[in-house]
Amino acid sequence: MEAAEKYDFSAVRWFSIAAVVYLVVGTLVGFYIAAELAWPVLNLDLPYTTFGRLRPLHTNAVIFAFGGSTLMATAFYSVQRTCGTRIWSPGMAWFTFWGWNLIIVSAVITLPLGITQGKEYAELEWPIDLAIAVVWLSFFINFVMTLVNKKTSHIYVSNWFFLGMLVMITYLHVVNSLAIPVSLFKSYSLFSGVQDAMIQWWWGHNAVGFYLTAGFLGIMYYFVPKQANRPVYSYRLSVIHFWALMFGYVWLGAHHLQYTALPDWTGSLGAAVSLAMIIPSWGGAVNGMMTLSGAWDKLRDDYILRFLIVSLAFYAMSTFEGPVMSVKTVNALSHYTDWTIGHVHSGALGWVAMVAAGALYHLVEKLWNTKMYSPALVNLHFWLATIGAVVYITAMWVSGIMQGLMWRDYDEYGTLSYTFAESVAAMMPYYKMRAIGGLIYWLGGVVMLYNVVVTVATAKDRQA
Amino acid sequence: MADKIYSTKLQDKIERSAILMLLFTMVAVSVGGLVEIVPLFTIDETMEHNANPEILWQRKEGDTLETWKAGDGIRPYTALELAGRDIYIREGCFLCHSQMIRPFRDEKERYGHYSLASESMYDHPFQWGSKRTGPDLARLGGKYSDEWQRQHLMAPRSVVPESVMPNYPWLAENQVDADGIEARMKVMQMMPGIGKVPYLDSDINGAAEKIRGKTEMDAMIAYLQVLGTMAKLDYSKTYRK
Repeated sequence: MEAAEKYDFSAVRWFSIAAVVYLVVGTLVGFYIAAELAWPVLNLDLPYTTFGRLRPLHTNAVIFAFGGSTLMATAFYSVQRTCGTRIWSPGMAWFTFWGWNLIIVSAVITLPLGITQGKEYAELEWPIDLAIAVVWLSFFINFVMTLVNKKTSHIYVSNWFFLGMLVMITYLHVVNSLAIPVSLFKSYSLFSGVQDAMIQWWWGHNAVGFYLTAGFLGIMYYFVPKQANRPVYSYRLSVIHFWALMFGYVWLGAHHLQYTALPDWTGSLGAAVSLAMIIPSWGGAVNGMMTLSGAWDKLRDDYILRFLIVSLAFYAMSTFEGPVMSVKTVNALSHYTDWTIGHVHSGALGWVAMVAAGALYHLVEKLWNTKMYSPALVNLHFWLATIGAVVYITAMWVSGIMQGLMWRDYDEYGTLSYTFAESVAAMMPYYKMRAIGGLIYWLGGVVMLYNVVVTVATAKDRQA
Repeated sequence: MADKIYSTKLQDKIERSAILMLLFTMVAVSVGGLVEIVPLFTIDETMEHNANPEILWQRKEGDTLETWKAGDGIRPYTALELAGRDIYIREGCFLCHSQMIRPFRDEKERYGHYSLASESMYDHPFQWGSKRTGPDLARLGGKYSDEWQRQHLMAPRSVVPESVMPNYPWLAENQVDADGIEARMKVMQMMPGIGKVPYLDSDINGAAEKIRGKTEMDAMIAYLQVLGTMAKLDYSKTYRK
């Protein structure tokens, strides 16, 4: 049977295009707010364009619009291919598509208006939160039911990771968003103070751990072997990787609250498990990279594969950096500084967006049954993304460590060497450098969008 | 080939069944959160006021939020402060300013006594923040005059040339939402368990009239000026182990 009849990829196509569009939009907002810190005049003296209101728009756009569309495209695609069966409900997949995009539109409207719950990465107000729960469950049910209908004997490993993400994000979103509404656009969190802080960072870190890590590892486990045309390096490693990640990642949130009013036992527990997480994280990275063993030459001319493999290098790097930053003595220096921002972006720009780009290029070729219009532009995107990410991360390392050291520095009389304002002034060159890194990364996204649009538009004439 | 077991019997069984895999995953991912979160609601030492009741406002018959004086102890926000806090949240101040001082020598000298969990017990949501693009604000109250705060919010670089903070001129033009404040306070009063904010009905009734005509700037300054001033902390005492 032809793949086109056996599977239903109609919603997957739209999710793929949406993901590329949101990559460009989300990183553009990121570039703009980075520029606001370097040149505050860009805040424009308008409420809607201040850093404080646009920053949640940036995070929501890249995590939920770009990340979400990528996850939904790749999950709905790979679950059908790996289960040898059609999606359980194509209609429900369309519901997920339109519902998710409606949520994105409502975020774009409400966040600049200052309608927010005031919790990082969970800013959207309660009516939108309810919509997210419904749409997420439609994704969840459709995915699980497709697994139930599988024609294969076993469930392929990529699906384990997608499933883990679906379960955990449901828990996190429901608990962390609990609030009592005052009006249609205002609610107060059900929790307060220290309990609210722990629940928020349980959400915050696991949005990273399950949405941006487990979900994207699902992508890695399907698309790396497919693009390399080799089986996953080690089945055993993937079993260990999966269960250790599922059980362990959940504990890490407390490391965001070291030395705060959170009891010491909770923060120390979070840090201890964080250190242990190096093992499964590197197990996963090794498993992905070693899939290429015996076929390394493919990296020379397969630019899509380059994205996938370099993303794993960034993944390994940032999953080493994270545990190091969770250690109390390091955290005492790094917390509250730009180092955290640099760390997040080495994961986001280097791992998430790179593995996503590789998977999306692969998807576009499969879904439209063609080759990319311009492999040279894929390569250009690869270099812009790599250089942009490295410039960004380096700037934030330097500024973050410098900030931390300036704040705690004493002169020979035993008084603080620097005022806070002096530390802000010292950041300026790095804020500019970071904005430039972001701009380069964004240009890579624009190149990708152009390449994808032309590929899709001319696909009929250039059938593979 | 499908019958060969490549791992353990249990793992093989799980991999063959979507429902089993779903159930095992549901259990595996719930443990860490339960262990770290639930005890925070039940262990008394989590909140410092259980061992040090004097840091809470011991409200007596006839006391009002207006007769409270700085240092009398942690209390719920007045209507104007709460309105200010809502503006603080709306503008996303917490994205650049923390409200959580850590127990280090430099933070003590720069910002004051380390923050206690009890100090944010009425904060729905918490505003500890995660980033200091600007300085910590946990003990900002009383450090600068109202007039300085107003000037700084209107044009930060006119008083701190190095600042990268946006100007907030609209705060001076907008009136606070007086009509909505009582509903907001009632929701705070409604909070279950240890998150309950102990407003008396007399604090809430008439709150709208108390703040009517005030600007968002007035509210914001009222909030900033109360930060960290509620409890009088004793530097010789160990509040947290």
